[in-house]
Amino acid sequence: MATTSERVDITELTARLDRTWKTPKSLYGALSTVDHKTIGKRYLVTAFIFMLFAGLQAAAMRAQLARPDSTMISPEAYDQLFSMHGTTMIFWYASPILSGFSNYLVPLMIGSRDMAFPRLNAFSYWTFLLSGLLIYASVLNGTAPHGGWFAYVPYTSAQYSPGLNTDFYALALLFLTISTTVGAINFIVTIFKMRCPGMSVSRMPLFMWSTLTTSVVIVFAMPALTAALIFLELDRRFGTQFYDAVRGGSPLLWQHLFWVFGHPWVYVVILPATGMASMIIPTFCRRPIVGHVYVALATVSTGIFGFGVWAHHMFATGMPALSTMFFSAASMGVSIPSAVQIFAWLATIWSARRHVLATPMLFMLGFVCLFVIGGISGVMTASVPFDLQVHDTYFVVAHLHYVLVGINLFPVIAAFYYWLPKMTGRMLDEKLGKWNFWLMFVGANMAFFPMHILGLRGMPRRIYTYPAGMGWDTLNMIETVGAFVMAVGVLLFIINVLKSFRGGALAGNNPWGASSLEWLTSSPPPEYNFVTIPTVVGRDPLWDSHDERIGPAGELDSASPNPVRAATTREMSPDKVVGPKSVSVAELQPWRVLDVGRETLETTLLDGDPQAILRLPENTLWPLVLALALAAGFVSALFKQPVWAVIAGVVTLISIAGWLWPKSTAYPVRTART
Amino acid sequence: MIHSTFGAMTTIRALAQVRAIYDSDPSTLITAGPDAQRIATLGWIMIVAATIVFVVVMAILLIPLWRSRNTIASEDTLPVIVNERAWILYGGAAIPALILSGVFVLTLSALRTHVSAGPAQLTIEVIAHQWWWEVRYPEQQITTANEIHLPVGRQVMVMLKSADVIHSFWIPNLAGKTDVIPGSNNSMWLQADRSGTWRGQCAEYCGVQHAHMDLTVVAEPGAVFARWVANQRAEARQPADSAVLAGERVFLELPCASCHQIRGTQASGRVGPDLTHFGSRLTIAAGTLPNMRGNLAGWIENPDIIKPGTKMPAVPVDGPQLQAIVAYIESLK
Repeated sequence: MATTSERVDITELTARLDRTWKTPKSLYGALSTVDHKTIGKRYLVTAFIFMLFAGLQAAAMRAQLARPDSTMISPEAYDQLFSMHGTTMIFWYASPILSGFSNYLVPLMIGSRDMAFPRLNAFSYWTFLLSGLLIYASVLNGTAPHGGWFAYVPYTSAQYSPGLNTDFYALALLFLTISTTVGAINFIVTIFKMRCPGMSVSRMPLFMWSTLTTSVVIVFAMPALTAALIFLELDRRFGTQFYDAVRGGSPLLWQHLFWVFGHPWVYVVILPATGMASMIIPTFCRRPIVGHVYVALATVSTGIFGFGVWAHHMFATGMPALSTMFFSAASMGVSIPSAVQIFAWLATIWSARRHVLATPMLFMLGFVCLFVIGGISGVMTASVPFDLQVHDTYFVVAHLHYVLVGINLFPVIAAFYYWLPKMTGRMLDEKLGKWNFWLMFVGANMAFFPMHILGLRGMPRRIYTYPAGMGWDTLNMIETVGAFVMAVGVLLFIINVLKSFRGGALAGNNPWGASSLEWLTSSPPPEYNFVTIPTVVGRDPLWDSHDERIGPAGELDSASPNPVRAATTREMSPDKVVGPKSVSVAELQPWRVLDVGRETLETTLLDGDPQAILRLPENTLWPLVLALALAAGFVSALFKQPVWAVIAGVVTLISIAGWLWPKSTAYPVRTART
Repeated sequence: MIHSTFGAMTTIRALAQVRAIYDSDPSTLITAGPDAQRIATLGWIMIVAATIVFVVVMAILLIPLWRSRNTIASEDTLPVIVNERAWILYGGAAIPALILSGVFVLTLSALRTHVSAGPAQLTIEVIAHQWWWEVRYPEQQITTANEIHLPVGRQVMVMLKSADVIHSFWIPNLAGKTDVIPGSNNSMWLQADRSGTWRGQCAEYCGVQHAHMDLTVVAEPGAVFARWVANQRAEARQPADSAVLAGERVFLELPCASCHQIRGTQASGRVGPDLTHFGSRLTIAAGTLPNMRGNLAGWIENPDIIKPGTKMPAVPVDGPQLQAIVAYIESLK
């Protein structure tokens, strides 16, 4: 029991935390870690690799479409290419890459030491990885999905798609929904309950709002996809007739279920990225965002209204005119919260103290431009009669690529330039970064803008070739060139990242002079994130004028009244705050040093008042074992091996039991320090 | 071997010519009917509005960046106080809401006229198959394929049915698309205001040959249309010479007749397109090739080269047989 006059040795404290949170550098350590930062980085790398696969598929398609009547790629191969491209990009890249950033950043931004459920977090990653491997196994098996990413029945029914192609799609996706759902629940609980003291809901960084909204949307949207996929497999395997029009089912049921999930999913893959914009743009404008509350409200309302627009994907199915009018109005209305967000960024840029045009900011400016184009074309397609012309044409392909490239890929690359220094401790090269930006920006516009015109000129999507002379030849050639320019941009990005690993400039804690808590700790952060759990009194803790005296790794500063502020005014220079070697316990408020086992703080939902000390689990292999058992179950189901499926089921139950088994290792009883 | 080389070569040359059949590109902006016209007008209004919105927003984005290049940046100053409410409530919510209301009103008015067409003056039934279009005129008792004829200026009701998976019926020059869904009885209006030949194409992905599921719409003056109807109602022409007669015999002996119908002969298959008046059609293989002898020979000899994955099997034929069949089918005007 310490007294207030006792002094805490910082070196001894950090050594103890190091021991407690250590993940051994061994195979066991790699497989058993539950560290949100490691898991986040794994998400980022894995999702990025899936993106490269899908990008190569796109390159192959663009090569085929460069010229009319091309016979380079067979029709069946082309169908598999566009199906895998869409499925990979939407499910195994766009959402998981954002989960990667959220995984890495959420605990850091809210001043916590890990996610609420670290083992569930590890499980979520393993199932994401294994489901991705499962769907790519279909490529090796020569039976990749070929029904497009939305796999309309009856084309994907057993009658018209008898091979394993659609089964791979349905089962891999079903497997992935487990990962996504548990991940979303983890984010919700983490953001609700693990924020550091003082971080009331009104002070939450906007990235928390977007991650939270996204997670809630996932929890409510996912069941529709799960149901749709289970019905599909039941129809295919067990002769049920959910979708069979001949026997009383309805192919439109699939479309409704898929888009009830699918349109909210669009917001799942863009909202976290808009949250990133709301973090990054203020940093480079050197001021807090304008209209914080409006942006938070806009984020939440986009998530909610996103559930009311799904049928705009189905205007051509012969819906009653009255329904189309409703969905048309709703689809136009849903763009208003996006406009609110855009104008908040514009106002922030207008009222900036200065504009720092570093690479992350360039990508953010590009993002705003592409977002506006994608938003406008979205409103156009929401107009029913116009949609009847452009639906299922390249106009829609243009729209969705402006949305996904503009509002997902660009912010993601911006986020890499912005947060990778936090993860690795090293900056990326600015000069290469500018090349990277301009190549990607010009390439993306060259590749995707002409698609609007192609669609208006009547070119349908998903055709493996087209006849010459229809007014499509030149535009297609421009698009292909643009796609390859963009690919060079992505290549430069990869080179830049590798270069930074080998010898990028040291980042320091807060290279950009940003305001949120992740920049308080060292780069890369220690395994326990913060030596002491920080306390915040405002929305921009590192810019607030209060004296945040206890640094991240125990670096304390009593000389400068506000070291953080001093650091932020020196643009881009790594701040060095050196302090005394020990500190009196009185200065450390009682709940802030948590060093008896893996501990972090639970706070109240609205106000962020300290509520309890949470004990987080140790490293464990059970999440991996459970994920492998589930994977075995899905593979057995895929290849119709009931015996193996039963065995996998038993192992699944055993691993759940092992996971939940009470731990015998007793922690020392915790007592309050004062 | 010689034959297949010949067939493939002519095919490649002929592919480039399929555009020549049509009077215009299949563009939604080149309109030949009231529906397409209304949508194109709406489209142009939205394109202009979109351009203005884009330019204004980009100006708002870039002006401060451009201005800050010309001033010495200082971080010592406090952030500029902005009128949050003006930016966000007016810029972000009120003005967009106003523009969107305008677009919605335009949408409603375009939709209104779209749905309130008068009684049909002609009804056509279109049955979509993987990967061709069966076309029937129930009142006229006509069955044809991949080609629709309409009288100019008349309102035509198109009833849409699917024989297998979902397709989408779309003639960009004439009107918006309507999905063809198994189990649903969709329909749409089609009207051409000027005569011409327009290209349509399946717009919902429906399998490996989705790319080659085109159809041709021929809009013609009433009298010409009436002649076409009269001709199509008739049974197939009797072979006029021995070469054609030989072709008919080969056709009926080979498996061709088990899939294709030629009214007036024993060929009564219902799996593939009706060929009773094949010679009068403009294209073969659902708009893939212009209807010419070389193309036809190449198609019959090896359909899979022209439409890989097509349901039409390659029937083994020798050279003379092929020539005979081609002569016969081409004679079916």
